[in-house]
Amino acid sequence: MSARTQVFLWIGQRASAAVLALCVLVHLCTIVYAVRGGLSAAEILARTQGNVAWLAFYTVFVFAVAVHVPIGLRAILSEWVGWRDGSRDLALWVFGAVLAVMGIRAVFGVFG
Amino acid sequence: MATLQVRIWRGTESGDFQDFEVPREESQTVLDVVTYVQRHLDPSLAYRFACRVGMCGSCAMTVNGQSRWTCRTHVSKVAEDGRLEIAPLHNLPVIRDLVTDMSEFFDKWAKAHGQFTGTRTRYEDFESISPASAERQQVDAAIECIGCGVCYSACDVVSWNPDYAGPAALNRAWTLVNDVRDAATLERLRAVAGDAGAHACHTHMSCTDRCPKQISPTAGIAGLKRAIAKAALKGEL
Amino acid sequence: MKNDHRARNHPAYWAFLVHRISGLALAVFLPVHFWALGQALQGAARLESFLRWTDAPLFKFAEWGLVLLLAAHLTGGLRLLALEFLPWRDWQKSLAAAAAGLALVAGLAFALAL
Repeated sequence: MSARTQVFLWIGQRASAAVLALCVLVHLCTIVYAVRGGLSAAEILARTQGNVAWLAFYTVFVFAVAVHVPIGLRAILSEWVGWRDGSRDLALWVFGAVLAVMGIRAVFGVFG
Repeated sequence: MATLQVRIWRGTESGDFQDFEVPREESQTVLDVVTYVQRHLDPSLAYRFACRVGMCGSCAMTVNGQSRWTCRTHVSKVAEDGRLEIAPLHNLPVIRDLVTDMSEFFDKWAKAHGQFTGTRTRYEDFESISPASAERQQVDAAIECIGCGVCYSACDVVSWNPDYAGPAALNRAWTLVNDVRDAATLERLRAVAGDAGAHACHTHMSCTDRCPKQISPTAGIAGLKRAIAKAALKGEL
Repeated sequence: MKNDHRARNHPAYWAFLVHRISGLALAVFLPVHFWALGQALQGAARLESFLRWTDAPLFKFAEWGLVLLLAAHLTGGLRLLALEFLPWRDWQKSLAAAAAGLALVAGLAFALAL
């Protein structure tokens, strides 16, 4: 992987971080508000089902996560586990894809 | 007479600490302690020093696990209950005892394009640089580095990532990126980009914490990240 | 020879550790989180039966832990974005403290809401 590609990985990580900062802030406020008095499927779904705004929000959230998490893990794998070759990056691509797929599945799960 | 219990590293990468008892003096520095051991207790102890007044950086070692200049370290500041542990700088091959091989430190400096590339000749006028200009202020904040290796020794990313250029090399690259007379900016940015360059810095700030000249390589590395990103997005990298 | 805890005992290093470990924990948690929500695809009843697990006190504690990790990672991340993108100032070294404070506030808010 060229240094230039590594630079774009860094840019992608910081850009997705900025997006996630906003998403997480909204998500945290929503969670703190939602868990008051307990959590139920009915309550969650009442908020998200058929709501295009939440659909859009969580879709952006999922894709930002799918970019941010693997790039973050990349440094940990090379520095703390010693995994540095091409197979590491392949594994991370797969993990990113899994996160995206599972995430979109979850988003549509609650959108109905 | 008060004494100090001093453990000093003997050997190479493999070796062990050896115990010495050293008389405690007023205003004693750790370099004084090492020198006492070599002169009076064990002449086979290998160590480096030169100016002994905090200008050359030769006496850099670790004292109680922290990288520092031993000539500028008062025993009274670091000897908890009369004990000291003295070892060579970290992240460098140990030649013997307290002496390390600094070749890789300077090789990485060169790899980071840490040398000035000018365009004018002796027949042209000097270029006028205002000390107050934004770029020169960035340079001035980082230019006093004397290549002592303390930051390199303190950095965990250097330990975890063998190819990592390290704080000193990147700091020097930063001073040159901000030197408006230098003609090799893009080449230098390419040299310090990526996994072995500025992007491997995780802002531990151990370098900034330990630098005896109060330089913040972390600040310069952040600046390099910004400059590299700009160049990359403009398609210049 | 390598550094040990004596060389790592300063605020910016603690901030790094909190940020990396919280990120790692969140990376492990997220697939589980997505799986759990995906249960809703099999109907509200499936999600509800899963959510009954979440009534247990141990689960509540884990939830609180996750919110704390998320808040810590977010505030630490904002600190990093400031360090990397804003021109360097001395106060930037104190951002670690600010980040820690904000994360605790978030954790507290969540704990009170439970």
